[in-house]
Amino acid sequence: MAISNEYIQQKLTEKFGDQVFNFEETYGMLSFEAPKDFNLKVMQYLYDEPSLGFQFLTDLCAVNYPDDAGRELAVVYHLHNLVENTRIRFKVFTSIATPDVFTASQLFSSANWMERETYDFFGVNFVGHPNLKRILNVDEMDYFPLRKEYPLEDQTRIDKDDEMFGRG
Amino acid sequence: MSDHNITLAEDAIERKTTTINLGPTHPATHGVFQNIMELDGERVVSSEQTVGYIHRAFEKLAERRPLYQVTPITDRLNYCSSPINNMGWHLTCEKLLGVQTPKRVDYLRVIIMELARIADHLICNSIVGVDSGAFTGFLYVMQYRELIYEIYEEVCGSRLTTNIGRIGGFERNFSNTAFTKLEKFLKEYPVALGELESLLTRNRIFMERTIGGGPISAERALNYGFTGPNLRAAGVDYDVRVHTPYSSYQDFEFDIPVGKTGDNYDRFLVRNAEMWQSMRIIQQAYNKIQEFKGTEAEVYHADVPEYYLPKKEDVYTKMEALIWHFKIIMGEVDMPKGEVYQAVEGGNGELGFYLISDGGRTPFRLHFRRPCFIYYQAYPELVKDSMLSDAILTMSSLNLIAGELDA
Amino acid sequence: MSRPVRFNIHPKEAQIADSITYVNAPEGYGGEGFFTTKLSDVVGLARKNSLWPMPYATSCCGIEFMATAASHYDLSRFGAERMSHSPRQCDLLMVMGTIAKKMGPVLRQVYLQMAEPRWVMAVGACASSGGIFDTYSVLQGIDQVIPVDVYVPGCPPRPEAILDGFMKIQELVGQESIRRRNSDHYKALLNGYGIQ
Repeated sequence: MAISNEYIQQKLTEKFGDQVFNFEETYGMLSFEAPKDFNLKVMQYLYDEPSLGFQFLTDLCAVNYPDDAGRELAVVYHLHNLVENTRIRFKVFTSIATPDVFTASQLFSSANWMERETYDFFGVNFVGHPNLKRILNVDEMDYFPLRKEYPLEDQTRIDKDDEMFGRG
Repeated sequence: MSDHNITLAEDAIERKTTTINLGPTHPATHGVFQNIMELDGERVVSSEQTVGYIHRAFEKLAERRPLYQVTPITDRLNYCSSPINNMGWHLTCEKLLGVQTPKRVDYLRVIIMELARIADHLICNSIVGVDSGAFTGFLYVMQYRELIYEIYEEVCGSRLTTNIGRIGGFERNFSNTAFTKLEKFLKEYPVALGELESLLTRNRIFMERTIGGGPISAERALNYGFTGPNLRAAGVDYDVRVHTPYSSYQDFEFDIPVGKTGDNYDRFLVRNAEMWQSMRIIQQAYNKIQEFKGTEAEVYHADVPEYYLPKKEDVYTKMEALIWHFKIIMGEVDMPKGEVYQAVEGGNGELGFYLISDGGRTPFRLHFRRPCFIYYQAYPELVKDSMLSDAILTMSSLNLIAGELDA
Repeated sequence: MSRPVRFNIHPKEAQIADSITYVNAPEGYGGEGFFTTKLSDVVGLARKNSLWPMPYATSCCGIEFMATAASHYDLSRFGAERMSHSPRQCDLLMVMGTIAKKMGPVLRQVYLQMAEPRWVMAVGACASSGGIFDTYSVLQGIDQVIPVDVYVPGCPPRPEAILDGFMKIQELVGQESIRRRNSDHYKALLNGYGIQ
């Protein structure tokens, strides 16, 4: 780790004040949160700032926390600075009623399909995405399967007996 | 569109583009993904992909399964090199649970992972040969993939979807037969790889087919999230084994081959060179393993009875071992709360596992950062303005594995 | 913890007699310059030793198929030298790998493009019954959409198992009656799948 996590935290709080919060260090990786309207500003700052330079988007996914009212869906970005070999994790939370988050696909082309996958699984609406439609599931599917409220199995199958699987 | 000085009517058929469907059912065993291509004669104007034809809902499936039961589904991600996926998952679990593996386990893991990398690159390179018309190279090297499969069988019992290893090590020590087969591989494989090289690398037809096809610059590749051999062919020397070493990769000496233009020929050469480097690593690891003597030479797992199944003799005689055996098999071992991201260098690039645990018996959320899915987005940009047959070669040289696209 | 090897410790020398077998002539009555037998036997004999498979490889079982087609396990010994990639020119559809619900209509269309007589082999657990993927997006067995002749279990099945399945298809092909494809029973089977 060439850039220390304290330095990153200090630069972020200098720039954004208390709009970045919940700094945690889990297993060596710094993780923080920002309000969803600030996600592009934070990522652009992390991209442009010469001493930080997080210019590689490793991963973009979402997590569904059904019990946190108003913060049910979290979009998690993993960023990587290849030159200094440092990774950070950045989260934005949004409620399930209005799951609109600004798209990162202008900044990182790799976010294009990752956001489509997140939309397909969780229903997060990425504002400004060029082609936000389902990518892995069938186009006619009308629900978002990876939300915790939906079951794993296809409920219309007739050849597998749920009683025998302990799920009756 | 036409270069000639011919005046064409506005609605002449020569001005129109044809749309073809390079459908999910491909010739050659590339996998199931669809490309709808717009062609101007033979030249590709644009292309749009559809993936998801083999979506098996791994991430949702993992929320139902305790840690050991997730290993078989990680097998089916990049199924040409499934031990790497298995080891990556076990490394993620070990990071979460705080398990330290002994050195001998690390070196054995390195041998298996490098064999898997060789198997993956062999398929990719020989299929690039098949797609450009050279079927023989494929048949020569499949013999050596069979030998790699035999080594897997000695260790874990299965050829392709290996489910190899456990949290903390391996399920059994490598038998003498496994080491004999490994020595045979180390002796005979360089000859076969040399044959494949002499068939294709300086072959004029192959060079003319592949040079200049599907190039990408390093900046675009980084923006698209490329990792692995495709990124290294574009000129960026990013390798997870060197950047964040796992499983004692820092003890080995190897080079990272890097290309220049990122076209099909560079990708072929980078994969070829990586196979030679993998052979170096395997040789070094095998030498290091032979240096362990006495009781150290019998170590094949870490001493963590709460996550590693205890010996059957202990299960039948000791109470604690019986309890741990029961808890592990029934999947009732609790994980600590936390979030962990672990990356390994898979055959196609950085394979990442993002695991969130809430203290229960199954992961709360498991997300796989699949390199194929991320770099397939760049395909329209790679094949714009190339011929249709070069577009096919680009697709096969990118090493797209359908299971990893989750498509 | 490894036990000593018990099998294959006295390897046999390779014998030429084991390597070559001849296909026996079907039962019939023959004489100087003529041979009479049933038409279905001759046609079945010709068909079963020259099946043209279409490898419909979707996932991991497809890699085991590549190993079967390569030189070590050699599918072409059984007459399947030419893999057809177009369904219109193949006899046997080998479905290898998981079929998702998105892929189901594609599989059905490929089956409809095949000409009679056609056989279907479901290779692997996923094609036979959905396999380990009991999820919302995987078709639980291809026999939900097309009729299947032989199922080869395994995850993935060893090449020997795929060859065993292929030999069972050969048995089916060799014993098939000439009139089967026009019979009411067969029509009812296809109607059950909604295929005319």
